Amino acid sequence: MPTFANDTILVLLDTTPDGQLAASSAALVGAASQVGTPVALVVGEGADGAGALGAVQVLHASAGDGLTVPIVDAVAAAVELVQPEAILISNSIDGRDVAGRLAARLGLSVAVDAVDINRDDQGLVAHHSVYGGAYNTQSATTFGPLLATLRQGSIEARAAAVEAEIIPLEVTRSGTRAAMVESIEPVVVSSKRPELRSAARVVSGGRGLGSAENFALVESLADALGAAVGASRAAVDAGYVPHALQVGQTGVSVSPQLYVAVGISGAIQHRAGMQTAKTIVAINKDPDAPIFEVADFGIVGDLFTIVPQLLEALEAKKG
Amino acid sequence: MKILVLVKEVPDTWGDRVLNLETGLADRAASEAVLDEIGERAIEVALSYADEHDDTEVVLLSMAPESAAATIRKGLAMGAGSAVHVVDEALHGADLSLTSEVLAAALRKSGFDLVITGNQSTDGVAGVLPAMIAERLGLPQLTALTEVTIEAERVSGRRVTDVATMQVSAPLPALVSITEALPDARFPNFKGIMAAKKKPWETWSLADLGIDGEHMGVPRSIMTSIAERPPRQAGQKIVDEGDAGQKLADFLRENRLA
Repeated sequence: MPTFANDTILVLLDTTPDGQLAASSAALVGAASQVGTPVALVVGEGADGAGALGAVQVLHASAGDGLTVPIVDAVAAAVELVQPEAILISNSIDGRDVAGRLAARLGLSVAVDAVDINRDDQGLVAHHSVYGGAYNTQSATTFGPLLATLRQGSIEARAAAVEAEIIPLEVTRSGTRAAMVESIEPVVVSSKRPELRSAARVVSGGRGLGSAENFALVESLADALGAAVGASRAAVDAGYVPHALQVGQTGVSVSPQLYVAVGISGAIQHRAGMQTAKTIVAINKDPDAPIFEVADFGIVGDLFTIVPQLLEALEAKKG
Repeated sequence: MKILVLVKEVPDTWGDRVLNLETGLADRAASEAVLDEIGERAIEVALSYADEHDDTEVVLLSMAPESAAATIRKGLAMGAGSAVHVVDEALHGADLSLTSEVLAAALRKSGFDLVITGNQSTDGVAGVLPAMIAERLGLPQLTALTEVTIEAERVSGRRVTDVATMQVSAPLPALVSITEALPDARFPNFKGIMAAKKKPWETWSLADLGIDGEHMGVPRSIMTSIAERPPRQAGQKIVDEGDAGQKLADFLRENRLA
């Protein structure tokens, strides 16, 4: 029988349809390593990749049929075996579903969308950034293991690679009714641009671009800066770009090193999704646009002359 | 078919939102309260089905303070048939576990074929309640749907996650959560607003649901600290005089951002 450390942090790693560990995995193991001994759980393929991320032991369960429930069954079995001090799950769509069901099944409280985990003299504490970063709060559970979902892109800590012990996990199926997955396709991600949620730099466009065609200007600037592309709700509602790129309260929240807002007025809706960026640059023709209230460097002017000049200047220095 | 739609009153995201720094709870008086937009879209999904199927009953369910009644009534004005409002002092500051327990109990008491919710509220943004409620009721959950098809015996749809797009389905009874990709909700018209005043409305307490809101024998999530982030200070603002692109390039380079 394998034994587990008293400060075991059980980490559920998401997998992709093609059997890889999801991009969120390294940060989850990194967060666990800050407060205890990371033990990973992988359901389906990908278990052999977890040691390289720093998981000391890796529980491996076979994938079952149906949505979410087989994974919850596996996590419940892992909790029973490992008796963890905390259970960390990605705050992804799949992760939230697992965390929700697990909390209800095991009677645990759940801390959602944590941006960090640390330990104080009372135990483990989850940190949250709420109302679009306007408040920082901390939460804990009154007793029992801390179950938390971790916001993607929020944890910088990474654990050193280890030779992991791979442990097959026996799972008793709960028989809970699950939805059927009739077909599945991987999300096609642009290979050259970083992912919006976790990008160090983001360039976003708003209604000021005027059309879907003009949005190419935002994409060019993003590529010149090695940035991800985002958009305001107004630009999404106008049909310039798909909803997946929407930055704001009803969309993706980002916290990059650099955020460039091009033709975005900066309604509170939008600011709530980007105001925790380290440096904010804004280009807008309206001198009274609220985006300037949060911008470190604001330019009042025509984006259609400023952005091309910026691109030229960036290109010139590079060459 | 009986469709239960979960709705929530939230502070308007188009205005400033305030947390009370003593209690850590939302300061409801500080912001304009609105029906959460994602919940309105969930109502729209139910009403679209009801438009085509006469024997459909659409019931709103909300756990909220008494003051939220006026907001919830908007959903009746849109066309929902009745509302269940769970109100209890002991629910002030309820965590997700207690909230899911209450909503699951209310659903059980009301009865349903299909439960429709938004994927995440715009205030708490937790996004775990649909799965929690499904687990408590032993239902299949179809979350984060960008398209929904309701049939007499089953529900299906397209689910877009962080890594995949999939087609999912389940026989009824089931629970679905929808995303913003679903159509905008209809506006209540004058006739709807007048009719809403006469529609059936039930108010249930925790006692009606057989739940003890102060039971601490199960783990509860507690907020241990809260701090307001200092507001950002505006930095330099220049008016373009023909060289702003160049100046911005310089700024980015000086700050090692380009």
